[in-house]
Amino acid sequence: MTTLGDYLIVSGILFAIGFAGVMLRRNLLIILMSLELMLNAANLSLVAFSRFRLDSNGLPNYNAQVFVFFIITVAAAEVAVGLAILVALYRTRQTTDVKDISSLKF
Amino acid sequence: MNSSLPWIILLVPLVSAVVITLFTLQWKAVSSLISIAAVLVSFACSCLIFTQSGIAATEFSWINIAGALKVPLGFTLDQLSKTMLLVVSGVGATIHIYSLGYMRDDEGKSRYFAALSLFMFAMFGIVLANNFVMLFIFWELVGFTSYVLIGHWFFRDAAADAANKAFITTRIGDFGFMIGILMVWMATGSIVFAEITPRMTELVSHPAFVTIAALLIFCGAVGKSAQFPLHVWLPDAMEGPTPISALIHAATMVAAGVYMLVRVAFVIQASQTALLVVAWIGTITAAMAGLIATQQSDIKRILAYSTLSQLGYMVMAVGLASNDAAMFHLFTHAFFKALLFLGAGSVIVMLHHEQDIWQMGGLSRKLPITFITFAIGALALIGCPPFSGFFSKDAILALAYERNMPIFIVGLFTAFLTAFYVVRLLVIVFFGDTRSEAARQSKESPLVMTGPLILLAIFAALGGFGFFARNFLALPIEKETGFFVPALAFGALIVGSGLAIGIYRNRANDPIDIEVLRHKFYFDEFYALLINWTQGLLARVSAFFDRWIIDTGAVDGSSRGTLGIGALLRLIQVGNLQAYAFLFGLGVIAVIYFAVFR
Repeated sequence: MTTLGDYLIVSGILFAIGFAGVMLRRNLLIILMSLELMLNAANLSLVAFSRFRLDSNGLPNYNAQVFVFFIITVAAAEVAVGLAILVALYRTRQTTDVKDISSLKF
Repeated sequence: MNSSLPWIILLVPLVSAVVITLFTLQWKAVSSLISIAAVLVSFACSCLIFTQSGIAATEFSWINIAGALKVPLGFTLDQLSKTMLLVVSGVGATIHIYSLGYMRDDEGKSRYFAALSLFMFAMFGIVLANNFVMLFIFWELVGFTSYVLIGHWFFRDAAADAANKAFITTRIGDFGFMIGILMVWMATGSIVFAEITPRMTELVSHPAFVTIAALLIFCGAVGKSAQFPLHVWLPDAMEGPTPISALIHAATMVAAGVYMLVRVAFVIQASQTALLVVAWIGTITAAMAGLIATQQSDIKRILAYSTLSQLGYMVMAVGLASNDAAMFHLFTHAFFKALLFLGAGSVIVMLHHEQDIWQMGGLSRKLPITFITFAIGALALIGCPPFSGFFSKDAILALAYERNMPIFIVGLFTAFLTAFYVVRLLVIVFFGDTRSEAARQSKESPLVMTGPLILLAIFAALGGFGFFARNFLALPIEKETGFFVPALAFGALIVGSGLAIGIYRNRANDPIDIEVLRHKFYFDEFYALLINWTQGLLARVSAFFDRWIIDTGAVDGSSRGTLGIGALLRLIQVGNLQAYAFLFGLGVIAVIYFAVFR
């Protein structure tokens, strides 16, 4: 029998993997993918909460599930924008390595 | 008996000055007449007051801070001030009339007479004041009018500079005077002369305090009476019109210093040290001015140095604790020195403003009245019996003989010097060949100028006799020195005069040339250096402060500080995207930690 805690642990592991990816990987494409992973970790925990925290009528809390759809939609838009920026960046710099993108430094 | 006469004496010249300044600047003749009328009214009132005894003037309260400071506007009306009133208004009146002739064609005649009236107002104020504050205010006011009148011909640089010099130099002394007044007020709690006298015991119990206070008050007299070492302004003040030199810089204002010392003698006599310093300052001034006078060639400057020398005698007398002798000499000196200056003025005008004695010569035939009156003044100055100066100078010398031998010897030497340079002046100006075209064409001055000369000559000749002077002031008591002191003084006079006649008879230029005396002991050069040095030091200190504290410290410092902090802060901006993200993450964790777990 899987419990809420199990889902939350999986969600936390997913979030940690995503965060580590964002922190440690150098390729912008991978960083974007890691970001998506963190978003999905959040989604997973929301759905888990919805499924396991039933209200007084024994029904799940649909608000959380609706919220998850919103997040998926926004994430899709965000990926579209992010990939567009990535492509633009690659066209001007011929690279997607974050180490080479440091012109904000003095 | 209450009387409004003192107020009339004091205020009429002020009214005259105001009326001239506001209304009649355009009408020069009217201005001069208003001014002369004012001084004559004052003179008449002075005579009236002199004949009445036991009168008092209404007193007004000016500043009254309960328990702390009370400044009345009131008058002292004793023998001293009454006599001084007569001298000031009498000499003042003759000089006003003389000015009619001397300033006949002057552009600034109205301004001149307005300032002259204002001076009379201020001088009466000094004479009448019954407290230190009034005295000090009028004291500064005469300083101001002296400044205006020295600088009467302000378009000449020399006159403008001399006016500044006189004002600034006397201000140095006045500063000490002010501190001295404050010290006396601090010790006794009063600034009214009559109230301080009974409280002197409190002062006397602190010898050092009273000595310093007395010497600071003396500073005022040093400045105003041009005593060593603040004497440098008086010879330069001769740049003013000659009647001004006679009235302000010989007869009255410079003597005001001595009058003030006599008025506050109770403070000075409380300290033996102060008395000794005063006596020696007077002695040094007398001898030094006499030495300088022997090598000058400007007729007014010679007279100016003789004034210094005679003022030195008066201060010496104050220092020897004899007010009577000081006032006696002040009294006679006022007449004969005013006479000498007016005589010199007559010569100067008739020679078209030539002041160099080597351009004169043989004037006894051209200007007989001027010559005779001038000679009387000169004889009085050198102390030739029976002229007035003999009696008063003899009184001071006898006093010195009795109380302080070194001072007596220097005083005697000064008497010799006086005879030498005055006879030198007489011989060069009035005898021998005429040395310039102007001197050959000169003729006697008009009556308006010779009249005052004759009047003053009578006083200069008779002023010293006991039967005359006793009416005006307490004469110093004749000491039992016998004929010894007068004989010595007369000997010095004969030697000095003989030497001068021997050396200067029929000379066309000065056979003696003593550099250090012609340069007045290099006092001006020394002061110029001193001021240059202190000013330079001040400038360097200010420059240092400006350059290092203001510029480098405050201005550059703040800009450098901003730059430095910026340089430190931008080390945080590593430019690495993931580092930013990491820091952001840390921040989020910190926020969650503080929001949830604290």
